[in-house]
Amino acid sequence: MTRPVLAIAGNPNCGKTTLFNALTGANAKVGNYPGITVERREASMQFGDGDGREAQLLDIPGTYSLSARTAEEQVAITAIAGLHPYEEPDAVIVVVDATQLARNLYLVLQVLELRLKVVVALNMSDVLTKHGLKLDAAELSRRLGVPVVPISASRGQGIAALKRALAQVLDAPDDQVSSAVAPLPNGEVAAAIERVAPEVPSGWSRGDEQRRRSLACWALLSLDQGDELWHVPEALRAAVLQSRAASDFDFDQAVVSARYAWIDAAMPALLAEPPGVLRRSTDAVDKLLIHPVAGFTLFVLVMAFVFQALFSWSGPAIDAVGGFFDALGAATADVLPPGLITDFLTDGVIAGVGAVLVFLPQILLLFLFISIMEDSGYMARVAFLMDRIMKAIGLTGRAFVPMLSGFACAIPAIMATRTMERRRDRMLTMMVVPIMTCSARLPVYTLIIAALYPGPDEPGGSFLPGLSLQAAIMVGMYLFSTVLALAAAAVLGRTLLRGRAAPLLLELPPYRMPMPRSVGRMVWERARLFVTEAGTVILVCTIVLWALLTFPQDAELSRDFDAEQTAVQARAEADPSLDQDWLAEQRHQLGLARDSELLRASWGGQLGQAIEPVIAPLGFDWKIGIGLIGAFAAREVFVSTMGVVYGMGDEADEQSLPLREHIQAEVWPDGRRVYTPLVGLSLMVFFALAAQCMSTLAVVKRETQSWRWPLFLFSYMTALAWIASFAVYQGGVALGLG
Amino acid sequence: MTTSLADLPDGARARLISVGGERAWRRRLLELGFVPGTELRVVRRVPVGNVLEVELRFSRMTLRIDEAAALQVQSPDADAATSAARSAGAGSPSAEPDA
Repeated sequence: MTRPVLAIAGNPNCGKTTLFNALTGANAKVGNYPGITVERREASMQFGDGDGREAQLLDIPGTYSLSARTAEEQVAITAIAGLHPYEEPDAVIVVVDATQLARNLYLVLQVLELRLKVVVALNMSDVLTKHGLKLDAAELSRRLGVPVVPISASRGQGIAALKRALAQVLDAPDDQVSSAVAPLPNGEVAAAIERVAPEVPSGWSRGDEQRRRSLACWALLSLDQGDELWHVPEALRAAVLQSRAASDFDFDQAVVSARYAWIDAAMPALLAEPPGVLRRSTDAVDKLLIHPVAGFTLFVLVMAFVFQALFSWSGPAIDAVGGFFDALGAATADVLPPGLITDFLTDGVIAGVGAVLVFLPQILLLFLFISIMEDSGYMARVAFLMDRIMKAIGLTGRAFVPMLSGFACAIPAIMATRTMERRRDRMLTMMVVPIMTCSARLPVYTLIIAALYPGPDEPGGSFLPGLSLQAAIMVGMYLFSTVLALAAAAVLGRTLLRGRAAPLLLELPPYRMPMPRSVGRMVWERARLFVTEAGTVILVCTIVLWALLTFPQDAELSRDFDAEQTAVQARAEADPSLDQDWLAEQRHQLGLARDSELLRASWGGQLGQAIEPVIAPLGFDWKIGIGLIGAFAAREVFVSTMGVVYGMGDEADEQSLPLREHIQAEVWPDGRRVYTPLVGLSLMVFFALAAQCMSTLAVVKRETQSWRWPLFLFSYMTALAWIASFAVYQGGVALGLG
Repeated sequence: MTTSLADLPDGARARLISVGGERAWRRRLLELGFVPGTELRVVRRVPVGNVLEVELRFSRMTLRIDEAAALQVQSPDADAATSAARSAGAGSPSAEPDA
């Protein structure tokens, strides 16, 4: 016997995900619905009476209705009804929030109209009971014609009864489906459905005339000139458009009203007393949390806390991951003989895995906060509070948390765009988040600012009383990136990602205590997706970059380093006043000089020299060009790459004095200084805007399921960076600041 | 007398007369229970977010204040007001089900 396929559907916030988790245990397979960025979760579950029968359970994205305008919304109808290219589920579990019964029943009616085997899981009926209200599940079952099982997903109650009901429904004959559908109005609607129904493909209707009419009705309500739906037969579309054009009758309102008439007629028999009082505790909390002053203050504090955690408190964990992989690389280098393979393992593979895992602390932390905010209901309030401000730049309130997280790191921030419903909003946010000043830019800014601008105790080092010039420049870079990100959102939102201004329709769910299990599960799934999907791209890029900066190995060097090594050795042996430390230092210096020459001769080095004509107008020489190429791995790699270029070794960091001094001393062939304060500014502006982060591009690729968006992101940011740096440098030179 | 939802004071109850606006949004509104005839109550407005919270059929939805202008409402008569006070926003739609 083949394993039956079950689908689980329900309104947003009805407890569907909690029930999914309770039914399946750990190890859901998380992927995407083909071609779009709607998450598809699937897992195996047991059902029946503890007799070990297994089914595959598919999680349908939370939805209020099956009608659709976008491909994302269409997932619900196609997956539930098993339209092309999906397999039809053998039965559907519809989760109903008993405290919002009327609205949840709307979806149940739509699913029943499709003539599927259905079990209704009546969630949160215990909440009603607690308030002294009784919902008559037997009466609901009688009216719907399908089993209704009261459950509490969060407490795991009623799960066994639900599994038994599923077995009963699956064992029943295939044609035993409920016909208790809401009667559709006569007249215009019925006539239109009769006109459209013949065009419903038989693959959709499966020979059931009632289902054919239901799908015709779905088409009548979903299709129009502007819809973005997939796999809709042209004849069906034409029939719907013709029917809609032929009359100005309001089909949408008539059909929806008929369903609600059925629901409203049933309600008094289901609930003796309507649950108007259930919101009392939530209301009290909301009075505070969305208060114009108190709520906003609290919101700022919460966001400051999240930001501080991402920005500072993740530091030790990031350092620990980095330190571990540095140590692992060093240990490997000690054990293995020096050579290309050892280099590949340490600088390619181990460094690459480290480059992936170093993002985990921030990803884990951000998703910990996001899932707590989502589960508790606070995220909906954040969207609520920020809506006016974010709308001004063409985004929704939900974009705020990803944008803010971008100040710490674009990787988790881009992953966080999933909390937004509309594809256009997600894309727009993803395209501007990488402009925010992430923490990887700080080492670069620190190095440049400390090397090129006077410190607070030096002449000219004060910008304003109490604010040093160096600090002012750092603050300026933050402001610059914020203004540019918002401007980019405003421009892209009116051009490439022009969308209809999305009207807001938001549910404020009641506050709930987040459940550690579901929070943990979400954090774990995010981390796993990042490591397995984006991580592989990052690893490959690290190895490619390593190869670029390592090969060719047989480059012609200006000096014979091997001979010099031998000479130093001989000299140390001949002169007893020279001790081991002297010898080690000499060999170290020779090694650094050799690495530096090899880097210049490498493909990456040649590339740096090849791009010099392009970056010279920005004030950069080819050595900076090599640094820019290295920075593609991650921006902070610029510092260590410059260390190698200048023969200081890759241990150099932004605090190291020799590197700063070297930068100050660097000259062009004609003797002019390479790094003037103006070049420093141009370089920082370039770093602020260029998409020099392969991990960001890898994550955008993973989230958009295409290479188009990361390519666009890279192109537009790099072009913007070049233009801005050009303007800064050439403008500065024209003003005589060069 | 009809007025727009956006103009209702906090706490006011009213009966929905008509729903306007762009099709997809309007359809979603209808499907969330905003069908003509439904009684609703303005729970509060949040000026900082420019939004308005509405209660209907025991659930709450939030709309932008300027977009709520597309919804026309009518103050319920005295009888309806009493029954609405009792049932906290239960709806009774205008469309007649097919007998």
